[in-house]
Amino acid sequence: MKKIYLPLSLTVALVATAAISPVLASDNQGLSIMQERKLRDTGWRSSEATLAMHLTNAQGQTSTRNLRMKNLEVAGDGDKSLSIFDTPHDVQGTAFLSFSHVTGADDQWLYLPALKRVKRIASRNKSGPFMGSEFAYEDLSSFEVEKYRYQYLGEADIGGEKTWKIENIPTDQYSGYSKLITWIDQQHYRVLKTEYYDRKSALLKTLTFSDYQAYEVKQETGDENKRFWRANLLAIENHQTGKSTKLNFSEYRFDTGLTEADFNKSKLKRAR
Amino acid sequence: MKPYFAAALLSAFHLPATAVEIQGSISLQQRSFVESAQFSHQGDNQTSIAIEPELYLPWNDGQDAFIFTPFARLDSLDDERSHWDIQEAKWVHLRDDWEFELGLGIVFWGVTESQHLVDVINQTDQVETVNGDRKLGQPMAHLSLIRDWGVVNAFILPGFRERTFAGEKGRLRTPLVVNPDQAQYESSAKAKHIDFALRWSRTFGDWDVGVAGFKGTDREPILQPYNQNELVPYYQQMWQISTDIQATLGEWLWKIEALHKEGQFEHYQAGVAGFEYTLIGLADTNIDLGLLSEYNWDQRGLNASTPYQNDLFLGTRLVFNDVDGSEILLGVARDLEQMSYSGRIEGSTRFGQHWRLNLEAWLFYSSESNDPLYSLKDDDMLSINLEYFF
Repeated sequence: MKKIYLPLSLTVALVATAAISPVLASDNQGLSIMQERKLRDTGWRSSEATLAMHLTNAQGQTSTRNLRMKNLEVAGDGDKSLSIFDTPHDVQGTAFLSFSHVTGADDQWLYLPALKRVKRIASRNKSGPFMGSEFAYEDLSSFEVEKYRYQYLGEADIGGEKTWKIENIPTDQYSGYSKLITWIDQQHYRVLKTEYYDRKSALLKTLTFSDYQAYEVKQETGDENKRFWRANLLAIENHQTGKSTKLNFSEYRFDTGLTEADFNKSKLKRAR
Repeated sequence: MKPYFAAALLSAFHLPATAVEIQGSISLQQRSFVESAQFSHQGDNQTSIAIEPELYLPWNDGQDAFIFTPFARLDSLDDERSHWDIQEAKWVHLRDDWEFELGLGIVFWGVTESQHLVDVINQTDQVETVNGDRKLGQPMAHLSLIRDWGVVNAFILPGFRERTFAGEKGRLRTPLVVNPDQAQYESSAKAKHIDFALRWSRTFGDWDVGVAGFKGTDREPILQPYNQNELVPYYQQMWQISTDIQATLGEWLWKIEALHKEGQFEHYQAGVAGFEYTLIGLADTNIDLGLLSEYNWDQRGLNASTPYQNDLFLGTRLVFNDVDGSEILLGVARDLEQMSYSGRIEGSTRFGQHWRLNLEAWLFYSSESNDPLYSLKDDDMLSINLEYFF
């Protein structure tokens, strides 16, 4: 058996190396912009928000989901998040707990209220749709510098704002994308737009961020509050299916006193 | 939007200004049995409606809450399936690292799909579903400690709930009808016996581990002949220790549940172990395909009261990840010792914001009259359930 597989795997490895090697290392400019982006978004500790998700299919029919999301900043790893669904009514009370990781699969649990059952679920579904929307799980998980390799592509204007255009190559082999192109505004290091390219390198989706708002969070060191920017509207369009999803955030609150204990799987059943 | 009801009534009782949240569902169900009945008086069709509202009354900023969830079903065929239950009627007190609940509640333990071997707190509401997923509310005082070294759940269970059984006209029953009104107990305290349970569980990276113990009235009755043409349930005292473990390794879920149980007449071990593999994004679509296989074993062999004594379960789950949350589950449990199997297809999808449609089909086959499945062999069934959620 080995005699068959060894040459094949070698070939694959060689081809893969050849294909990836130009981007294995990030260029300094792309990397430093992304490091600054992460630095500016560090220190918010916890947040809570209410979301309305509007799904539109290719025929223009829409449906809505309402959920609430709680997030906990985790230093040195991906964040923890808890989503609680309010509508559609048949999934009301369903809770989704995710510990995202910089490398490797996330840890995910689902609480099914009808059975009072907490289920640990397979988490290699990063590329799968979140709640039937055009957002994949990985689109909604926390940004970590190590998740991509970067290539600086130049400057561009988005809606009158000066941005840097940067190519992101996912480091996780289970990502659903071959690359992302992000436009980062030069003043506040916020993402204004992201293009997602599928595994065949075809443009799949465009995500635009708008209605940005700054929230102040008191820092442990220094008297100054730090400002964190959040977009109230995320609109994603799938170019291959014609479907789109809009995510409206409201009632954003920061540093709400959430702790690790609030993200314990045994507390899923009390999530409301 | 949740309907909020003004707190006028509540303020009359000097409760803090708050609002009751009400949610729940009403469902219409049609079950049709495709073969002629095996036993006399059994019908071929049953239509039923069920209602299950849930009232939630929080105070102290949600640190305390009262939850009340009654349930009732009205069935056209089977008087025993027309029944009601209080699923939940409990006060819960929630703190950062501990919780307490007092009242009627439902607790689930376990990881496997083909049977819920270690799930022992609640009695099965057997007339509700074929797979026994549905439970009856259990009186309990339940303390949870949530610590770094794991979660401990301690239960005092005063009061026992008797299992429900299909009546004379109902399908999915034993050849002789069970008369639940004549239930007998080993304990002189009968249904007032106080049971205890303790569970520790913890997540170690990819591993979720639980260990539990239970002492009290066996939820599973021994059916004894009575008055020549009836059976009565006999509830013995027992204790058991159990474990349930799941390893989540990429696309693979590895699961095991096992127990050691000592009752009045026998002691034995039983287990169920298997895997679920998920193929994500089947053929470049959004569909996830799950493949499940679980082996069920019981030391008592063919004398076991369960059909899962030496059985292999194979299943496949299609999750469409569409707007309507559509899913299909296909499963077969095949006895490896004698010619006996059960198969099921379950599908569900949503309509709009409030409606969900469930379709279910069950097939039973058994050629051995001593097999627990034998009495169901002519009960192949189609079921349609339309549920409105509010």
